[in-house]
Amino acid sequence: MPTNILVFCETEGGKPRKTAFELLGKAAQLAAATGGSVSAVVLGETDTAALGAAGASTVYVASGSAFGTYVAGAWVKALQAAVTASGANVVLGAAAAVAREAFPRLSARLGAGLAVECTDLRVEGGSIVGRRPVYAGKALVDVKVTSPVALFTVRPNSFPIGAAPGGSASVVALDVGLTDADLDVVVTETLKPATQAVDLTEADRIVSGGRSLKSKESFDAVVRPLAAAAHATPGASRAAVDAGYAGHGDQVGQTGKVVNPSLYIALGISGAIQHLAGMRTSRVIVAVNKDADAPIFQYATYGIVGDLFEVAPAIEKELVKALA
Amino acid sequence: MKIGVCLKQVPATDTRIRVNPTGTGILTDDVKWEINPYDEYALEEAIRLKQAGKGTEVVIFTLGEASSEARIRDGLARGADRAVRLDDAAFAGSDALGRARILAAAIQQEGIGLVLTGRQSIDTDTGTVPGALAELLGWRQASWVDKLVIDGESFTAHRAAGSGTREVVTGRLPAVVTCDKGLNEPRYATLPGIMAAKKKAIVVKNADALGLAAGSVGAAAALVVEEAMALPPARPAGRILSGDAATVAAELVRLLREEAKVI
Repeated sequence: MPTNILVFCETEGGKPRKTAFELLGKAAQLAAATGGSVSAVVLGETDTAALGAAGASTVYVASGSAFGTYVAGAWVKALQAAVTASGANVVLGAAAAVAREAFPRLSARLGAGLAVECTDLRVEGGSIVGRRPVYAGKALVDVKVTSPVALFTVRPNSFPIGAAPGGSASVVALDVGLTDADLDVVVTETLKPATQAVDLTEADRIVSGGRSLKSKESFDAVVRPLAAAAHATPGASRAAVDAGYAGHGDQVGQTGKVVNPSLYIALGISGAIQHLAGMRTSRVIVAVNKDADAPIFQYATYGIVGDLFEVAPAIEKELVKALA
Repeated sequence: MKIGVCLKQVPATDTRIRVNPTGTGILTDDVKWEINPYDEYALEEAIRLKQAGKGTEVVIFTLGEASSEARIRDGLARGADRAVRLDDAAFAGSDALGRARILAAAIQQEGIGLVLTGRQSIDTDTGTVPGALAELLGWRQASWVDKLVIDGESFTAHRAAGSGTREVVTGRLPAVVTCDKGLNEPRYATLPGIMAAKKKAIVVKNADALGLAAGSVGAAAALVVEEAMALPPARPAGRILSGDAATVAAELVRLLREEAKVI
């Protein structure tokens, strides 16, 4: 059966997010393998031509004041309208803030199965099968959706962005038919982070510190400058967060953020199971630790046994040179 | 207002996961169970809201077999008033939507005005039940919340909105709020609390008691099927770099650029 795929493309500052292109690229492959089509849905204003060039044949757009910032009731209704208008039997979204809330609601509203946080999608017997981590990545499982409409969310950075196939999309305005009741939970204020670093869950490079940093002051003096030099997002182990060296939003691990970067530099992190669970899919792992027996070294692509207070500034210096 | 807390038992975070021979789940014989860490924030917030006069009663809802009663007792010892445990052979194999249907039915029967849950459970890691629950109940929702204020008939919450941004959202009750780390510091049970918990009620309800139609939950109703569970592939062996700090740093950056090609 052809899979007609609808990709929910999130935007930021009026531009499609990186995840939109990751998903459109994968959707094109999956649709080609089954003789299906790819369309996109955008809630708010964006560059629809870029989505067409990335492979969407139709872009469904909902516009109006309800689609500036996320409003659950309105957005779920608009996604429902897009599913109906497109006749899609597969809907993809990025496993990030909006879809994490909206897709479960959409699932219940449509009576459609939802497979979340997939890190891979493939075609098997004409249907799409997802692969996803469970137990924070301590195990992986195949996930199949048997309902006529199948919903999937995909982790950021799971798929490379290939060359855009080119092409142009027809743009269709969605008639969502909003009422006041759909403006159910509204944003009254947006609190921007103090730093402009990419969020951990989307970051391509991460530098994390553990309890060996010994204090918030040395965390700020060692981890953050190295992260800045690497153009990376700073992160922390649970031990470092619980000790107050970093904020809870910085925690990488089973009870923090599960990350998937190309480069993960772990400073003074021993590698507790719950931390490893959150970062083990990183493509390259660098570990700096005094203890040669620390479990993190079993996962490290490159290990350095040594004093992080000496090694980290030296790496920082080299990175500044290399990335100048 | 009665406050409901969804509480689930999960393998402790330091559990080494082993997959069963059929790839349908994990081996649980030597697993140490604990309250899902995010549910602890939900429970703590519910107890604090009751203490602040914003709630009349804290009711725990657990979808789980008898072994989960130890975790429920822990929750009662920390300050919840009573619990409803949802257990029926017909529930086995439910997907997230099915689990949400079971919880929604139980929550409706108890006249709850606010449901607090963890942002996800750290076993299946779907985070799907709360959203489906809110939709089935027709309630409002705030997700990944690390600050919550209840004011009369409305709530204001700070939620994670991605890229480190947090949003302040407001809506009217009833609502489902999913709780993130940072919301509060969960308390431990005290000895008097543990003694008091022994007298608190845990009511067990099955599909009939919940009025759930046959085939609306359980494996037959599941739209999402998981299989072929396996441990992740082992990472290829790494390399230890030696030398003084300046030497290893230079070598590392060279390898990151020339061999790993990540910078």
